[in-house]
Order: sequence, then structure tokens, then C-alpha cells
Amino acid sequence: MRILTYREAIIEALKEEMERDPSIFIMGEDIGEHWQGSVKEFEGLWPKFGAERIRETPISETAFLGCAIGAAMTGMRPIANVMFASFLGVPMDEIFSQVTKMRYMFGGKTKMPVTIMCLSGGGMNAAAQHSVCLEGMLMSVPGLKMVSPSTPYDAKGLLKSAIRDDNPVIFFQNLFLTISGFKGEVPENDYTIPLGEAVIRNEGDDVTVVAIGNMVHTALSAAGKLKQENISLEVVDPRCMAPLDEKTIIESVKKTGKIVILDEEPKIGSAASEIAAIIAEQAIEYLDAPVKRVCAPNTPIPFSPPLEKYWLPDENKLIEAIHSII
Amino acid sequence: MKLNKEQLLDMFSKMVLIRQFETRVKKSFADGDIPGFIHLSAGQEAIAVGCITNLREDDYIVSHHRGHGHLIAKGGNINFMMAELYGKKTGYCKGKGGSMHLADMDINMLGAHGIVGSTVTISTGAGLSAKLRKSGQVTLCFLGDGASNTGRFHEGINLAAIWDLPIVIIIENNFYAEATSIFYSTRLKKLSDRAIAYGIPGETIDSNDVLEIYEKVGKAIDRARKGKGPSLIEIQTYRHFGHEEGDTETYKKKSEIEAWLKKEPIELLKRRLIKDGILTEKEAERINQKMKNEVEEAVKFAKESPYPEPEETLEDVYA
Ligand SMILES: Cc1ncc(C[n+]2csc(CCOP(=O)(O)OP(=O)(O)O)c2C)c(N)n1
Repeated sequence: MRILTYREAIIEALKEEMERDPSIFIMGEDIGEHWQGSVKEFEGLWPKFGAERIRETPISETAFLGCAIGAAMTGMRPIANVMFASFLGVPMDEIFSQVTKMRYMFGGKTKMPVTIMCLSGGGMNAAAQHSVCLEGMLMSVPGLKMVSPSTPYDAKGLLKSAIRDDNPVIFFQNLFLTISGFKGEVPENDYTIPLGEAVIRNEGDDVTVVAIGNMVHTALSAAGKLKQENISLEVVDPRCMAPLDEKTIIESVKKTGKIVILDEEPKIGSAASEIAAIIAEQAIEYLDAPVKRVCAPNTPIPFSPPLEKYWLPDENKLIEAIHSII
Repeated sequence: MKLNKEQLLDMFSKMVLIRQFETRVKKSFADGDIPGFIHLSAGQEAIAVGCITNLREDDYIVSHHRGHGHLIAKGGNINFMMAELYGKKTGYCKGKGGSMHLADMDINMLGAHGIVGSTVTISTGAGLSAKLRKSGQVTLCFLGDGASNTGRFHEGINLAAIWDLPIVIIIENNFYAEATSIFYSTRLKKLSDRAIAYGIPGETIDSNDVLEIYEKVGKAIDRARKGKGPSLIEIQTYRHFGHEEGDTETYKKKSEIEAWLKKEPIELLKRRLIKDGILTEKEAERINQKMKNEVEEAVKFAKESPYPEPEETLEDVYA
């Protein structure tokens, strides 16, 4: 199969969807003629679709996310690019009080086909204001969907589904996977991946590892190492944190009896915490050991490479957690 | 743009209907029949009717927490409105929205919005959508004087300005944001001067005269429809009641209230129509009674309607 980078897969999804549906357009800062995305994440789209559909905005996240809401209510399918997930704090009101509540408040009489794209996660020494993952915090917002793809294949298929979905969806484009040129197989044909279906990246019997976003690769690498110790990991990649595929996670825990959740967020209130609670509520009788969460410490993400390295969950911390319950 | 007799009487009737609706809502709230927060717009009818009478049926409006009048002026159904205020299943939003979130997508009323200032950015979206679809639709955006101090007001207008969006932004300046006077919250004398910062036309209308509002806003709407971009219009007015029902209004001066009651918009139009031989006192009273009856019907409809089933709580989250 054809090999594409994570970034290329995303651009291809946008291009194909925009060709397919003229009501799709993208708004954001520096996505047009000169930069085509702050890390070239929209390269080639402006030359193809022009300034009308690749719509450069002033620095006004509140305005263009609000604008996306009005456009979505009136027949368009806007994509709002907030550049970095860290900047979601700026239009957060549009997210938690507006785009996600309007359909409900209006008794189901409107749809909100808004896709919010942003670069998410650490590993690039971008420091505290450019590196956050926000899945845990946003999981508490009803009406929102969100995807955190870990491979080029998933990135393309999930982005297409996000754009076609009639609800607000946040697409967390992993910053590290984007910049590092991470590659993978992507078929030529048009395909989508249903929102809310987890995938098992590695089958195993001893411990379930649920890993989110870029952490999936950390978990897979740990799985390779632990194989030599005869420990077999089942690596589950939820791909969407909302809707969350609880079933696949629970089934896996029923099989292995042990779970470690690997999540690049400060532990308190993280997506890992929610998954731990789900296991406690629905599968505690299958557990042979305590639930383990391998997360970041409860501090902002630091800048300096040794500090960021200390901060981020990694293979060693994961293996340590696994050893502690095996 | 000259209004004929029928249109003038229609405007008068709509203003009276809004007043009767609000007056009755006040009573129902006091009786304990309407839950939640109620923000009445009695006194501000000239804005809703003067602005919206200019619109084509397929034009959009985006309204705020004090939005009953806007929906009525756009042609909303007062039975569904009242039922929504009562929290009934037959309400516009099936009892999920209430007074602050009334919406009617069928007549392109894109909702009342309880987050102050959000109407500006949402309007840019409706405007952009109309522009991209080349539909010729204009969007009227309503916000209060207090809302014009929010960041999104500024970002939104700037976006509308640089993209020449077909929207008209109406600041309903009733001089108070809750209890905070606009003379405290800004150094500006005219809120329309804010337009200067975005290179778009700004105008202040300092009267409760529905016909003046109709004419001046009409020009801005024409301009927007011709693709010449947004305008900002401040219209000065006064709310007769408190910020919300239950507000004791200790912040208002007696002299101020008296002065504004002299500029009461329905009386103003009535006198004008009588002077021009379009209306008689008797006919005015007949219209008043008719609207009162319609509102009573709406109350009856609301009261007799069932509440939603508790399980309906779980519906309408996702499409
Ligand atoms: C973002 C936000 N902040 C505060 C409030 C609480 N609040 C509701 S109405 C209001 C005053 C609004 O004043 P103005 O915009 O002048 O409109 P008016 O009530 O006078 O019609 C406030 C502060 C809110 N709804 N939204």
C-alpha cells in the first residue's frame, strides 16, 4: 500500500472532502497563500481552493469559531482551525457554551456540523502554551465529539468522518506526529472510520494498555520489549475520546484482568481518569490488580528537553507500571 | 421604501402584540407559572419592529437574552413561544431552551443567545454563509449596550468588516447592563463610534421612533444586500421593567423613568398614525384588545400543553 506521512494524510482528507462538498470551507490564521498552516499542515490547499474556501482570518479565535457556528446553522460545513489545542482556551465559551449546546437548547432543531482542528500534544519542546492535550477536560462537555488519531490511516479516515458528522467534532492533530513526518499506509480509495470505534493495535493476554494519541506508539514499543519477558500487552487505541468505545476497552480488560492507561495529560481529571472510573464501575470484578494510570505530573508542561522528557509519560514509566501489577 | 397604510398598521399591531405578550409574561412569572429568568423588552418594541420590518422572509436574525420582541417581529408563533416559557413540550424548543433560547429555524430566527455578545460572531457566520452561497440574505444581529464591551463584539465586527459580510449590527442601548450604567462602563458618548475602529459606517439613532429606525436601518440593510459590507447602528431606548423579573430597579432615577415614558414608542407611533388619519383611538383600542386576546390564547395553549416526558432530557444532544 501507499505510504503517506501523517500530515499528508490529513491534507489529502481535507482536499478530497472539499472537492466532494462545496459547503466545506476552512477558517484560520495563516492557512492561506504564504504559510499554508503554521507547520504546513494545510499545504497545497490554498493553491487549489483559493482564498474564498481557505479563508485566512485575523487573530481572533473567538470570532471565527463563533462564525463557524453561524455558518453551520445556515447550511455550511465549516472547519475552524485553532492552530494549537493550547489556544482552545480563547474560544472555549464557543465550545462549551455555544456550539455544543445549541442543538439541545433549541430542541434538536439545528445541526452543528463544525469541525475544529488543532495541533495537540508535547514532544516538540513547545512549552506550556503550545503543547497541551485537552481530551480529559473536554470529555466533560456533552454534545462534543473528539478524535485523537495516532496513524496516518486513522488521521485521514477520522478526519473525513469528523467533517461529515453533523455535530461539533474536535480533531486533535498530534503535533509530534505532524512535525516528525511520521509515516504509515494509507489506501488510495475514499474511506472513513466511524467515530467511536476503538482499534486493538496489538493483541495480548496479560495486560490491557489503553493509550491515547501519540502514546499509542509508546505502548507498542513497550509491547515489543515486554514480549522478551513473556509479558503480552493488548494495546487499545480508542481513537475517539468522545464518543468513547467503552465496550472494546471493557472486553479487553475482561480478557487480561489488568489495565494501565497511558495518557499524556496531568493525571487529575485526565481522560485516563475517566477510563479508570468506567472500569471501576463496569468491570471491577474482572480485575486482578489495581487500575494504573500513567500520566503526566500535575504541572504545566515544561520547555527544557530534560524537563519535558521527565514530564511526558514514556516507555519506562509504562513498563514500571506494568511490572508493578504483574 | 415608503410604507403604505397596511404596513404601518401591521407595525403598530406587532408592537402592541410584543407589549401585550411581555405584560402577560410578567404576570405569569409573578404568579409562579413561568420558571427561570425572564428578561422583558417592553419599551424597546420600536427596535424589533423597526429593524425587522425591513427584512425579506429568508433573511436571518440573531437575538439575545432579551429577545421575545425580535421573534414576534420576525413572525414567530406566540403559542409556541409562551409554551416554551412555561417549559412545555409544545414549546419552540420542546421545553429545553426557555425564554433565553427561543429559536425558530423555519423563519430563519437563529435563536436567542444567553451568552452576552455571542450574537455578533454567530451573525458573521450566517453572513459568511449567505455570501458564500450567494443567496442575497442579510443577517440582523442584536446585542445590548453592555455586550458591546465584550471582546467578541470587536473581533466579530472586524471579521465582518474585512470580509464585507452582509450583516447589520444593532446595539440596543437601553443604558443599562443589569444594574451597570453604560456611562460607567465606557468613555464613549456614542456607541456607534466604535465602528470607526473597524472602518465601517456607524450611526446612532437617539429616538424610540419606529419609523425613523425603519428608514435608517433600511439603508444599512440595502447596503449590506448590495455587498458593501456591515454597518453598526446604536439605537437608544429604555426598558420599562427591570433587567429581569424580580429586579427592584434601585439604580434607576425617577426623573429618568418619567422622561423616557414620554418617549414611549407605541404611544409615539399611535399619535403619529392618528394625526395622519391612518388610525383612530377606537381602532387602536380594538387592536390592543385583539392582541391581548391572542396572548390569552397563547397562555391557554401553554397551560393546557403537557410537560415533556422526563426521559426527553436525554434527546437532542447529538444529531
Ligand atoms: C458573557 C456573559 N457575561 C455575563 C452575563 C450575565 N448577563 C446577562 S444579561 C447581562 C447584561 C447585558 O446587558 P446589555 O448587553 O446592555 O443588554 P440588556 O440586558 O440591557 O438588554 C449580563 C451581564 C451573560 N449572560 N453573559
